[in-house]
Amino acid sequence: MRIRVNINGEPRTAEVWPGASLLFMLREHLGLAGAKNACEQGECGSCSVWLDGTLVCACLVLAAQAQDREVRTLEALGSEGRVHPVQDAFLEAGAVQCGFCTPGLVVAVADLLARDPSPDEAVVREALSGNLCRCTGYAKILDAVRIASGRLRGGTG
Amino acid sequence: MDVLLPRTLHEALAMKADHPDVVPIAGGTDLMVDLNFDRRRPSSLMDVSRLRDLGEWRREDGHLFLGAGVTYTRIVEELGAFPPLVQASRTVGSPQIRNRATVGGNLGTASPAGDALPVLAAYGADVVLQSARGARTLPWAQFLTGPKRNALGPDELILGVRWRIARGAGSFSKVGPRNAMVIAVASLCLILDEERREVRVALGSVGPTILRAHEAETRVARAIVDAGVWDDPVRELPPQAVETFAAGVAAAAQPIDDVRGTASYRRHACGILARRALAWALADRRAGSGPARPR
Repeated sequence: MRIRVNINGEPRTAEVWPGASLLFMLREHLGLAGAKNACEQGECGSCSVWLDGTLVCACLVLAAQAQDREVRTLEALGSEGRVHPVQDAFLEAGAVQCGFCTPGLVVAVADLLARDPSPDEAVVREALSGNLCRCTGYAKILDAVRIASGRLRGGTG
Repeated sequence: MDVLLPRTLHEALAMKADHPDVVPIAGGTDLMVDLNFDRRRPSSLMDVSRLRDLGEWRREDGHLFLGAGVTYTRIVEELGAFPPLVQASRTVGSPQIRNRATVGGNLGTASPAGDALPVLAAYGADVVLQSARGARTLPWAQFLTGPKRNALGPDELILGVRWRIARGAGSFSKVGPRNAMVIAVASLCLILDEERREVRVALGSVGPTILRAHEAETRVARAIVDAGVWDDPVRELPPQAVETFAAGVAAAAQPIDDVRGTASYRRHACGILARRALAWALADRRAGSGPARPR
């Protein structure tokens, strides 16, 4: 079936199998590989994107449910020449090892800081509870959130 | 496979009448897993996430109507007047899951581990079903018919749930290996109903469906009367009555061994959860009874 969807501000269309997920459509039909495909059951958060401004796992959204809606992905946050403050904070803190979970975490952290610019640690832990990282042990990810929070509030972090 | 995209409830009910095998999808947090893993290939799906009628909640004649399409994030944000429901909602999955998953999904999937279900059972909620033929309301005890089975007719959609708003303390608690992304090993909701002077307890993940602990409920309500605690919250319930209650709730469980836990662990957990929930509720009543009492 044909899906019409606004992605990162641009109207796009894709011809997908009706049972396909939004994640499959993004990666395999639209060439947007920022959202990662890992667990396919909403456990890991690697495919986190925004659907009409709400943080979701793209693997659990039926592509057809995105029809005529707005999807925002990691690709809208930053690029190599124009790194988003959250991405920059991950680099600075060394909050990345294999990197597979990083796109989902960056999206989830950006979502959190947009809603709560100065979250305490308990709030951060709850906000990131749906994003799994099997390398870092999370300590440096929490450091990155503190750095990003400081930067986005205009401090030096 | 095809996907139907109704714009109104009326349209959705007409589609369901014409295609009884169509599977509704809202948040997709259960169904998409089955599709992604090729466990299920429905001939057609119907997106009900855009139906306004399902996404509403309202107070009506001393009752609360909660639409099947209300997400757990919205319950946490908007229904603070119902602490046990908020507590249960906050334990559902992760933020990403709570942003999509709905009460209707718990009811439709009908898993005994559905986090909202023990709360709805303890509230004594009715389930409101609708088809092109009309609406019907099922008492809670008639809706869940077994593990992952419910009384939904082939042409019906779940409109929502409706319960009498009762004054009284209560809580939801859940046992699992971490504080997020956990399918309950055991869960319990306890409600004190001040008007009816009832205690209601419902158990999740410890039986083929959600279980009420009727016998333990009646006995502890009587013990609360006998100790004069309903009228004077400062009075203590005898420890023996609390222990009898915990043992009674544990006895009401019908647990099995599975990958998440053993039957004996689950039964034990039910007793602990019951004792704690009763203590919290009585402490809340005591705290709410005011500081001006002579000691």
